[in-house]
Amino acid sequence: MSRRGGPPEVNAGSMADIAFLLLIFFLVTTTIETDAGLDRMLPPMDPPEDIDVVIKQKNIFTVNINKSGQLLVEEELTNLKDLRKKAMSFLDNGGDGTCNYCRGRKDASSSDNPSKAIISLKNDRETKYATYITVQNELVGAYNELRNREAQRLYGRDFTEMEAQYLNPETASSIRDDLKDKVQRIQELFPQKLSEAETSSSK
Amino acid sequence: MSKFTKKKGSELPPVNTASLPDIVFMLLFFFMTVTVMKDSSLMVENVLPNASEVKKLEKKDRVLYIYVGTPTRDYQKVFGTEPRIQLNDKFASVSEVGDFILAERAKKPQELQNVLTTALKVDKNANMGLIADIKQELRKVNALKINYTTYEGDAFRNVQ
Repeated sequence: MSRRGGPPEVNAGSMADIAFLLLIFFLVTTTIETDAGLDRMLPPMDPPEDIDVVIKQKNIFTVNINKSGQLLVEEELTNLKDLRKKAMSFLDNGGDGTCNYCRGRKDASSSDNPSKAIISLKNDRETKYATYITVQNELVGAYNELRNREAQRLYGRDFTEMEAQYLNPETASSIRDDLKDKVQRIQELFPQKLSEAETSSSK
Repeated sequence: MSKFTKKKGSELPPVNTASLPDIVFMLLFFFMTVTVMKDSSLMVENVLPNASEVKKLEKKDRVLYIYVGTPTRDYQKVFGTEPRIQLNDKFASVSEVGDFILAERAKKPQELQNVLTTALKVDKNANMGLIADIKQELRKVNALKINYTTYEGDAFRNVQ
């Protein structure tokens, strides 16, 4: 009577329903993260001891954003699209001749050396965040382009790619150690000196 | 005539659905692996700006999130339409940012406490005044490493 022709089959008809339920649960509770962005370091609260460092005016590249999103770069009204080129020619200037890898115009009235060149960014309290990010993006882009150029010259590959590989936790540690020196060397050639003054109010 | 009607009598064989669970499971595993759990629901508009020179934020356990934007429609009656800060699941004022960072930092394991990054997820229509205030608060609690979280894309699309 029992067991005729092997054990009875388990009905798997509802398996799809169960799986759908799980799928919908995960679809609802999770997000595909957009976790990429521009890394920045804020200046520490306490000013360092040697506060009386004199910085020559020609070594500072001033960028001012007003509340309607217009740019004043080195006292000149500038289009956002030209900002990257201007920042690059400022950083790459090499005015005092101590920078042997610079390819700039060696203009005496612009920055002396990439290690001395400082970009000063100032914005209004009513500036749109989107404009600010675009400006930040262009300035970081100027540094990245110059660093890529040097990395191509020295190691034959892009700096941004090297840095991404260095920061990726899945990279093998032997490769990471090798990359660390290279990345640091390029960073020293064009150190990122981006100073942000406190925002001014429009009044 | 009867030739044709005869054929119509035989019904279509049912579609075999035996592989349906497998397909759905495959989808399920795909979503389980590529997504992360939402830790808080958004109460503010959060359309991030675009940027092209982005770096990926690795290691999610080392990131603290601060959301800024105008409250969504459900909350606009109570909280108005000015951009607000959202910390975890509630709206906060600027002065609470410092305490939030300190509290979240204390929850993390000792070895991570010095390498935390603060990710600012700010709506593109927010004003810089509020961001400047947040940055000032972050400096006060020495949370200096920040990341302006953005979408990857052409940065000039922001200003159109």
